[in-house]
Amino acid sequence: MAARNPYEVLGVKKEAMADEIRTAYRALAKKHHPDLNPGNKQAEALFKEISAAYDLLSDADKRARFDRGEIDEAGNEKPRAYAYQDFAEGAPGAKYRTSHENMSPEDLDDLFSFFGRGGARGGHGGEGATIRMRGGDRQYALTVDFLDAVNGAKQRLELAPGKSLDVTIPAGVRDGQVLRLAGQGGPGLGGGPAGDALIEIRVAPHALFRREGDDIHLDLPVTLGEAVLGGRVTVPTPTGAVTMTVPPHSNTGTVLRLRGKGVAGNGDELVTLKVVLPSDSNAELDTFLKDWAAKYPYDPRKGMRT
Amino acid sequence: MIALETLLRQVRGLDAAELEEWIEARWVRPERVASGYVFQEIDVARVHLIVELRHELLVDAEAMPVILNLLDQVYALRNRLKSVAAAIETLPPETQALIRERLKD
Repeated sequence: MAARNPYEVLGVKKEAMADEIRTAYRALAKKHHPDLNPGNKQAEALFKEISAAYDLLSDADKRARFDRGEIDEAGNEKPRAYAYQDFAEGAPGAKYRTSHENMSPEDLDDLFSFFGRGGARGGHGGEGATIRMRGGDRQYALTVDFLDAVNGAKQRLELAPGKSLDVTIPAGVRDGQVLRLAGQGGPGLGGGPAGDALIEIRVAPHALFRREGDDIHLDLPVTLGEAVLGGRVTVPTPTGAVTMTVPPHSNTGTVLRLRGKGVAGNGDELVTLKVVLPSDSNAELDTFLKDWAAKYPYDPRKGMRT
Repeated sequence: MIALETLLRQVRGLDAAELEEWIEARWVRPERVASGYVFQEIDVARVHLIVELRHELLVDAEAMPVILNLLDQVYALRNRLKSVAAAIETLPPETQALIRERLKD
């Protein structure tokens, strides 16, 4: 038996006062009480229903919750009894769509003006005209290693699960540069050509190298001896290590240029020297410097005086 | 369709003065009849929504019209989108397949 509305069961109005409900209940209960209707199954079921309805409506709190739709006829919690969206999305929603005077339903017809962009063509016109459309471009992002960006590489790009594309990274590609792969975008419509894949390149930073335009910058630690006396040192470059001569009396901050060792042979590698003392203390060096410093004082902070 | 008194009883935490303000501000638009206001289902649902936004999410009165307007725009768009989807459903299956493919990502 489907549950009926308790107000209906008791035959009272929603606005009924508590004593009206009580009176209605008593009248019905008397009429349908199982003891007064022995063997009458229908009366028994009806009486149960009446009792349940009275149970709900005689409790002010339960009644209020039922009225608000929070519980059902049997007193069970109900899921949210309303959803604005259900109405607003459907036909009744038209009422509020014209709200606030800044949007009319006609504005939504703009939606259809989106169609036909991107080169829809009306075939030969007239009957049987077919739409021939170029496929849409697809956007991807691809992070490449610093050295791959400098030297060029091939890298696999996952377009979708199970679908990948080998992308040729041109030597010298810059961070943020977009590669266009013709025909690798969305499929065309009605025999139209496929769109392009637009791949935005992101270049990962490198632990040693920095890039400025086509030049590569590198900080190179040198020993005290190499700085003072000069010497040949091994320097990493994007294409492998090379040997470079450090001239005598090269200070920290001295920049040496390795021509053609920049990006894709265009720029240079600029090596900034950084004098590094030995990590362990050295008594001999200390002794030497004490004498030497006393004998040859100099002030590297001369220019800083104000 | 229900009357204002019934609505006030149904919605917890809603008082008459507040509802009058909302009607005045056109947030809710019941029909006016000789005996007072009559609320359609959508009006009731909208009152519930405003009560939630106002009392539970503490949206202030200045922001409310903006939010309602945006919500209604979203629902209007969804309504439009549904008609687009319905229109697509009337196209030949291969065209539908193409559209689905195109929308995949």
